[in-house]
Formats: sequence, structure tokens, C-alpha cells
Amino acid sequence: MWNIIQLIARNGIRTEAAPECSDALRVETGRIQRELLEILGQALTIRMVDAGSCNGCELEIHALGNPYYNIEGLGIKFVASPRHADMLLVTGPVSRNMALALQRTLEAMPDPKLVVAVGDCGGDGGIFGESYASCGRVSNVIPVDLVVPGCPPAPLELLRGILTAVRRCRAAPAPQEQPK
Amino acid sequence: MMISGLDLDLDRLATPVPVWHGRVALDDWQEAAIAVRQAGGRLISLWGSDRAGGHAVCAAYAVNDGLVWLELPLAGGQTAYPDLSTIFAAALRMQRAAAELSGIQAQGEQDQRPWLNHGAWPPEYVPLRPDGSAPQAFPDTRVSDYPFVRVEGDGVHEIAVGPVHAGIIEPGHFRFSVVGEKVLRLEERLGYTHKGIEKRFTQLPPLQAHRLAGRVSGDSTVAYAWAYCMALESAAACEIPPRARWLRALMLERERVANHLGDLGALGNDAALAFGLAQFSRLREDWLRLSKDAFGHRLMMDGVTPGGVVCDLDRATLDSLLRQCDAIEREVKTLRSVYEEHAGLQDRFINTGQVSPALAAQLGLTGLAGRASGQAADLRCDQPWAPYDGLQVKMATHRNGDVAARVTLRFEEVAESLRLMRAMLAGLPAGQTRSELILPAQATIGAGWVEGWRGEIFVALELDGEAKDHRIRRCHCHDPSWQNWPVIEHAVIGNIVPDFPLINKSFNLSYSGHDL
Repeated sequence: MWNIIQLIARNGIRTEAAPECSDALRVETGRIQRELLEILGQALTIRMVDAGSCNGCELEIHALGNPYYNIEGLGIKFVASPRHADMLLVTGPVSRNMALALQRTLEAMPDPKLVVAVGDCGGDGGIFGESYASCGRVSNVIPVDLVVPGCPPAPLELLRGILTAVRRCRAAPAPQEQPK
Repeated sequence: MMISGLDLDLDRLATPVPVWHGRVALDDWQEAAIAVRQAGGRLISLWGSDRAGGHAVCAAYAVNDGLVWLELPLAGGQTAYPDLSTIFAAALRMQRAAAELSGIQAQGEQDQRPWLNHGAWPPEYVPLRPDGSAPQAFPDTRVSDYPFVRVEGDGVHEIAVGPVHAGIIEPGHFRFSVVGEKVLRLEERLGYTHKGIEKRFTQLPPLQAHRLAGRVSGDSTVAYAWAYCMALESAAACEIPPRARWLRALMLERERVANHLGDLGALGNDAALAFGLAQFSRLREDWLRLSKDAFGHRLMMDGVTPGGVVCDLDRATLDSLLRQCDAIEREVKTLRSVYEEHAGLQDRFINTGQVSPALAAQLGLTGLAGRASGQAADLRCDQPWAPYDGLQVKMATHRNGDVAARVTLRFEEVAESLRLMRAMLAGLPAGQTRSELILPAQATIGAGWVEGWRGEIFVALELDGEAKDHRIRRCHCHDPSWQNWPVIEHAVIGNIVPDFPLINKSFNLSYSGHDL
């Protein structure tokens, strides 16, 4: 136990300043939390679905939880149930085998909801494209609000994308459309 | 003699690891498998292919002297071949996949249920058949009903998990039959991330397809890209410069350490020691950031390229890589003692998800998980290719086969990889980092075999010649997860349901690398 406490004390707090959502300026954590509260009236909860990715994007989404990015410290939480989620974060080209599960996950989320497609595959199908087994980009299967490009996008870009999507939702407060 | 008792005409491929290729007759197909099994060899992979005269089934075996790629041509449009699953249990799912992707059936195989096709494409469409024109539009995806094996009895109930899991994980379905908290049976259903990778290979130029190989499983991008490039280079008889080999090995070891650091943190977390996750994920982030500085990408994607590597290291970067090895070694050592002295953690790790060496040998458990269950196989030691041949890689093995053994193995492999990296950084040969690769004029084959962090990655490549625009006729990628997924079904028997995430994480198998 002593060893653990010593290590915690020695390493201190490693969390770095979060990125500004649209420009390159850095802001304090507090402002992001305030914005989230203003826009959503609560912390942001995210349900993540891998719809067929190579797992590269998942590794970087995982990294958001490490002490450097400390996403939970910003008031953003990954949740287990879509019924608790404000945002759906989707990776991969959508495999045909996952299309239905992805649609059902979205349907299970309460309105209003945001959908962010992650990675080059999520944005345009990436190197896998469309085929007998792949539906390609996420927006071919469910409506998408924002795409975070990259292969995979670095954690900072992911964070920027998530914050931009939330921001945009304030800029256009109209209820989200549900294109078929 | 490669396989005792069989007179086979084998060709040595121009690979840095010893790989032979040869054809067998129908009668010898099972005989060869039995001979390999009796000599202590292992089935690496099984897949279907197509020849001008018909279909073919291929198998790759690891034997004492290296890897043997055997091909059984099926005459006159035949699609049936003798079943290998009674000899090598691991063949079962591979045969089910070959039936769906290549349209060839193992005669007498017990399990005829579809594996990768969940109703996404009509069964009459065979994706990998070269002449098979894809229907323009498939009917809307309907999920086919999958007949799971039911466990009957008083108080038995089922827990269905997935494909969408509770965390940030790849998709797959697990069907538990439980009594109270105890798992009586687990049945996996995979294939959710099947996105047609092997078909996609045939549409890409050989000199660009390493990018696709590097995205078969994102956590093993270096291993896959290297295996693919090794296959292409052996087909093209391209010798890569020594410096390129060393840099590839350096990246491969960095990939191993990055994954082990991530897993060690996650395993602590799954046993409720959040401190472990915080510390190890911090170390992993440091590690990835320096990978980005040194190799241009946090996961080192696209760093390995046909003919060599894309980036070179200058003196200053070499120094910071060396310094990081020292720093990480120090920190991991401290954390290891924290893990080992933590009674609560060890209580969750020890005897959980046990796979005995006998069961591991029977089912063909391989790679890291295999070594934790007494299966002493590591390509870097068994068939060392440059630069491993001069580094005397020390293999870590354990016999207890539980979560604790798989954790200890990771600690030991991190230490050994750090030692290897320091030796590589100190002895890095000077010179070019890339040689020119000229695609062969004639149709040819190549193979790649690399010990990734999870286990051995194998790539079998068939290239067309100049007459057919140097196209990839077939590229088969094999992930060690094929062997290890079925073993998890055994590892969880008798454990409690809440220990499943811990057991699963201790194997940390790939979904995408398996589903392709």
C-alpha cells in the first residue's frame, strides 16, 4: 500500500490542458466543463460502438482515459448502455454483420442524440471501402453529425472532434433530423 | 525430411525464416497432418484458394525445421476435401470460414453452421472465387438465426452478451450458460467485423497492399505489415538492407511493449486496481508519443513498406529511444512488485481462467497465451531471422496457464524486449533503409511469418505475373486468435461470470484479425 501511495505522489498529476474545440488555442478544463453544462445541462455521456474497425481507433479512444487526456476529468464519460448516452461514437467501416446492431444501438438512445464517426473508415470507408461484407462509411447506415478523420485519429483530435460536435449542437439547437 | 514418413517434393521459398511449399495428393492430405501432429508440429493456418484447373485447399504447419505450406489441388471443380479437425481441433473454424469464403467443404466436419456470414451475403455467392461476380445489390441485411448449443438442466440459464459490449471493445457475441454465478458453458459467435479483407487484397496493387495488411488488426500493424512485406519480398526475391531489418525488428518490439503495457494496466483495472490502469496507461502514452516522434505514427502504421522501412533514425532519436528503455524498465519493475505484493490482485489472478499444458497442447493454444500454458514456441527463438539470430532471444514460459501466468509472462516479455531493443539500438547497422522491389514477371508465391506480440502472424501470397498486370491473386492473412478463441471457451468453465472480462483480457485476442 505504501508503495502505491508513494508512486501516486511521485507521479503527481499528469493531465494536460485540453484542446480548444475549433481553433488551436488551449483552454482550461473548467471552461470545457462549463460549456458542457451550458449546452447539455449535464456531463457528456458517450456510447462507443465498433462497427467493424481494425481496433486502431479503439486503442486511441482508450488513450483518452489515460492521465494525460483525463477525459473523465472534463465531465465526459463512456457508458455501457445506449440508454444513458448523449453521443454515439462509431468506428470502422460498418460491416454488414454489424449494421443492424449499430442501428439498434442508435434507436435505443434517448433524443436528442449526437453521432460522431471516427477515423478514415468511419468517414469514407477508408481502405476497406464498400464490398459484399462492408457498407463503407458510417453515414451509409445511420445519420452522422461529425466525422473525425485520421487513421487512427490521435487522442487530441478525438477530443477536439467530440467537443466540436457538442459545440455545433449549441450553434444549431434545432432537433436533430433523422434522415432515412 | 520435413515431415517424417512422407515423401514430399518441397520448394524452399526465398524467405528469411525457413518456409517450404509443396503439393500433396488427396490421400496424403490427412496423412501429412497426422505425421505433423505425431512429430509435435502445429497447424498454423488453413485456407482455400483457386487454381486455373479448379479449387485448392492449403494448410500451413510449423514443424521443427520451419513452416510447411501444403496445397491440395481439387481436381475437376470438386469442392470437398478431407476434414482435419479431428487431427487438429483448431482447424474447425478455419474450415467453416473456408467453406463460406472459398466454397470448399471439409468432408465429414461435424459443425456445418456458418461462421463469418451472418446473413450479410447470399450463401450461393462465394466471395473469393475469382470468376464470381458479386451481385450488384444484396438484399437488406437480415440477421440469420444461429443455433447455439443449449445446456439443459435445473436452474441453468443463459446470458447473452454482445455484439455491442459494455466498454470500448471490438464486437463479438458470447453466450454463457450458467448456474448461479458459475459458467457451465461458453459459446462464442464471431465474424461481426468481417469486412472482406481478403477480397479487398485482390483489388489492390501489390506495392500498396501493405497498408491493408497493416490494418488487419490495428494493435499488430507492424507484425502484419512485416509479414505481408516478407511474403511480397520473397515472391519478388528482393533482399532488404540490414538496417531495414533491424528497424523493422525495433518497431516490432516497440509494438510488443506498447501492447503489454496497455494490457497490464487493463488487467489491473479489471481486477479493481484502477491505480494499475492509471500508471500503465501513462507509460503507454509516453511510449506511443516517442513512437510518433521516431517512426512518424503513434502505432507505427505504414512504417514497414515493401523493400524496407519508410523512416530512419538519427543519433538524437536513437538516444531518446535508449533513454526511454531505461526509464520504462525502472517503472515497470516498480509496478511489477506492486502487482506481485498486492494480495487482492493476486487473489483475482491466481487460478483464474486456467488452461493446463495438456489442454493447451490438445487445442493448439499458441503465442503468448500458449507460452503461459507450457507451449514453448516463439518464432524469434525457434527460427531466428535477422536481427534476432544474433540476439539470443530468451523465451518466457510458464506452466500454470492462469491469468497470473499470462500477467507474469507479459512482465517478462517487456523486460526481454527492452533488452533486445537496447541491443538493436546499439548495433544498428549503417546503410540504406530500403531497396527497390521489382515485381516478378512470372506468377509466383511468397510467404511471411512473424512473431507478433499476440503470437505468430502468417501471410500466404499468390501473385500474378506481368501478363496479368501483377495482380494479387490471393492473399491469406492468419492471426493466432484463430487458435486461441476456442480455448477461451474452455478456460472459463467453472469460473464465475464476473471473472470473464478478466480472463478474456488476459488473452486479449483480436476480433478484426480473426474476422477479416
